[in-house]
Amino acid sequence: MTLQADPPSSPAIGADLERLDGALKVTGTAPYAYEQPVEDPVFLQVVQSTIARGRITAVDTAEAEALPGVLLVLTHENARRVASTDDLEFAVLQEPDVAYRGQVVGAVVAEDAETARQAAALVRLTYDEQPHRVILDATSTHPDSPDLYKPAAVNPSFETDTEQGDVEAGLAGAATWVDVRLSTAWLNNNPLEPHTTVARSHGGALTVHDSTQGVHTVKGTLATVLGLPGEQVRVLSPYVGGGFGSKGNPHPHEVVVCLAALALPGRWVKYAATRQQMFAFTGYRTPTVQRVRLGADADGHLVAVSHDAVSQTATVKEFAEQTAVVSRLMYGSPNIRTTHRLAVIDVPIPSWMRAPGECPGMFGLEVAMDELAVAAGLDPVELRVRNDPPVDPETGKPWGQRHLVECLREGAERFGWAGRDPRPRQRLVDGWWVGTGVASSVYPAMSMPGNEARITALDDGCLEVGIGAADIGTGAWTALSQIAADALGVGVERIRLRIGDSDLPNASVAGGSSGTSSWGAAIVGAAGAFRVQHGARPAPGASTTAGMLDVPGADDVAQYSFGAQFAEVRVHADTGEVRVPRLLGVFSVGRIVNPRTARSQFLGAMTMGMSMALHEQSVVDPRFGHVVNHDLAEYHITANADVVDLQAHWLDERDAHRNPMGTRGIGEIGIVGTAAAVVNAAHHATGVRVRDLPVTADKFL
Amino acid sequence: MEDTTTREAAWTRPPGGPHRQTVRLRVDGRDRTLEADTRTSLLDALRDGLGVMSPKKGCDHGQCGACTVLLDGSRSLACLSLAVAVDGSEVTTAAGLPTDGHLHPVQQAFLDADGLQCGYCTPGQVCSAIGVLAEAAAGHPSHVTADLDADVVLDAAEVSERMSGNLCRCGAYVGITEAVLRCASDAAASAASDPAAGGAR
Ligand code: FES
Ligand code: FES
Repeated sequence: MTLQADPPSSPAIGADLERLDGALKVTGTAPYAYEQPVEDPVFLQVVQSTIARGRITAVDTAEAEALPGVLLVLTHENARRVASTDDLEFAVLQEPDVAYRGQVVGAVVAEDAETARQAAALVRLTYDEQPHRVILDATSTHPDSPDLYKPAAVNPSFETDTEQGDVEAGLAGAATWVDVRLSTAWLNNNPLEPHTTVARSHGGALTVHDSTQGVHTVKGTLATVLGLPGEQVRVLSPYVGGGFGSKGNPHPHEVVVCLAALALPGRWVKYAATRQQMFAFTGYRTPTVQRVRLGADADGHLVAVSHDAVSQTATVKEFAEQTAVVSRLMYGSPNIRTTHRLAVIDVPIPSWMRAPGECPGMFGLEVAMDELAVAAGLDPVELRVRNDPPVDPETGKPWGQRHLVECLREGAERFGWAGRDPRPRQRLVDGWWVGTGVASSVYPAMSMPGNEARITALDDGCLEVGIGAADIGTGAWTALSQIAADALGVGVERIRLRIGDSDLPNASVAGGSSGTSSWGAAIVGAAGAFRVQHGARPAPGASTTAGMLDVPGADDVAQYSFGAQFAEVRVHADTGEVRVPRLLGVFSVGRIVNPRTARSQFLGAMTMGMSMALHEQSVVDPRFGHVVNHDLAEYHITANADVVDLQAHWLDERDAHRNPMGTRGIGEIGIVGTAAAVVNAAHHATGVRVRDLPVTADKFL
Repeated sequence: MEDTTTREAAWTRPPGGPHRQTVRLRVDGRDRTLEADTRTSLLDALRDGLGVMSPKKGCDHGQCGACTVLLDGSRSLACLSLAVAVDGSEVTTAAGLPTDGHLHPVQQAFLDADGLQCGYCTPGQVCSAIGVLAEAAAGHPSHVTADLDADVVLDAAEVSERMSGNLCRCGAYVGITEAVLRCASDAAASAASDPAAGGAR
């Protein structure tokens, strides 16, 4: 085998390669967690609390245990004590306390799934029920509101509040201003593959097939919580049926399945969450209430930006959505203020959902920008162009690549924006009000530290590249192979990629749109070290493990991706039915590794953004505390017929600031701004400004 | 083919529930037998009972389409049938579609159009697409068919409508529709060149 020089003459990066795992997926033979071949499995079903707050005062498992085929019934009375309760989300079956409806308060293991489910229903729990509060009804978004508190930081570690200049003075002197209160709904990630854990304890070691975005994250959590040495826990996850953030961290079921496996050594314990359970304990996007105030001078330059955001968190564990962070950098203004406050109520623990922070925050900011454009009599594209800041307003650092204006201009051109009549409610076509709208997108370029890859020369002349990365549908199997091929100077067909196994070198979570950049940089670093160590003609068995190299000056520039989304909306004049016949996005995201899979990522995220705009809303019953529409018939997501003309384009770029591939990450930016573009177009169509998502028919009648 | 003896063994242990019955199925061209709890869905019988994992469970309530298989030739949601109720049926899953190591044309079209991301909805989408092509060839109208008496022409609106029972949370609909449209036009072209061949498999 001979490794060609780097860079290769015809790079694999940028090639329109078919998904390497595609044949397995179109035949259904890629083994997801539940589908891993395991011998003689037993089946677990969880028992969930039927109150939203209180204590379990009595447990009766006799009937469940008497059912033939039942092997184990676990509650807080008999479950193994965990080694760490630092993170209360994982202190499962430890105390009789109930902090939210649907909490895992027991588990049954049986020889078959039907018996497990039947037995779970036979576990009798008696409660001392306490009054609860489950609705985020922030009557005030004022930072000093007594119902709310100020978290120490917002996800993951941003400052909670910021203030530059004097927003009140800026607003007082503004020629035009808007003061807008908006809300986004409680959203559930709902990957199509349910959260799944299949585990066996064998000789003190735990093997776990898990549906996760990060095998090393799960391994670390399980080792800590269960008090096992790290080398005794192995987590595998080569194929994952979507995650969108909810599989970015473990949730209580991973712990419960492992508690059961430890209690039944030698047996594989299988558990897949039901769709209903996924509304209770696998994470979700908090609803938000936002107040955005913008002021502009006579030329349309922003003189004040104020963004106050309220979201909810659980009593068990804090999660603080970083909703207003986008307003710190999106547009230039001498006066910018942002605040975040939380209501702590008796709800499940909110967590990551695709573009946490940016997604709800840009809904608020971009709808307010549209309202300002209308108030100022300015074209909404032009308003955004005028306020494009030369340096990052928050840090004063120069931009790595800020190409928002190029995205707006190219999008306007492709969409046919020129000559748009700005007046709302002017176009009635065949009984439908028709309008168009625009919004910007933004997402930070992140790379995670601590990634390593192992390169090994195989006997057959191929190179094995191993890293504990995850492909949750992003195309990592293909993209990482392309990156490895170029770094090692061989064709993609000579790369044998291995991912999704915690026995492989350490990988960060598939989150923050950082996967390809972080893992890819580790592969490039390891390939360089492999070449140094083994030369251009490595002998079979030659192996090197190494990580990414530092990119000098990476932190001296502000690194963000940008985009612009244009929507056409039709609202039926009689019924209020809302359709989105056209949605077009243009993105600036650095280099594209694989245009085919990248396009799917953009389109998929925009589709999810359309879903957030039109359909998605988990409705909580204030009396009982659960999501009442907890299935896919009642929690609506975008279906095929909702998508008509959906297009994604990108600028031809390469970003030298962050990693050797020139990438910035693409998985999340497509959902940022979509809902605002739809709302803005709906306003243009009808003159009705919908400020509370989703944009449903009743809001036009 | 996979060895399923170990999984079948799980079903031959002393029964966990009171209601067990023998179910015979022909799955992807192989005759299979299992002892199933009468509460077991066809989907669970395939996955847990026979180790046939190609059809997926996304909701277990007939709401997502991930479990779509061809049941005696028609697309059907495996989570909505009880295994005992389909005793003696022929089931084709996406795993049974390739012939001589070659993907079915619909599967190849999904790859070409990148009509998938995570792949979890994909086997169901593929089976559903085969059903759509056959239904259209047989003249079945849909909600968006304008002329109920004319032959069905599969355009984008028809395909999107007919494929809307298969949810894709990754949002691969653009590629899915493109894949089915390509197959529809290939079928139309081959029907035009060989009228005896018909448009459906
Ligand atoms: S699993 Fe059968 S329709 Fe969802
Ligand atoms: S490809 Fe992931 S749900 Fe369709």
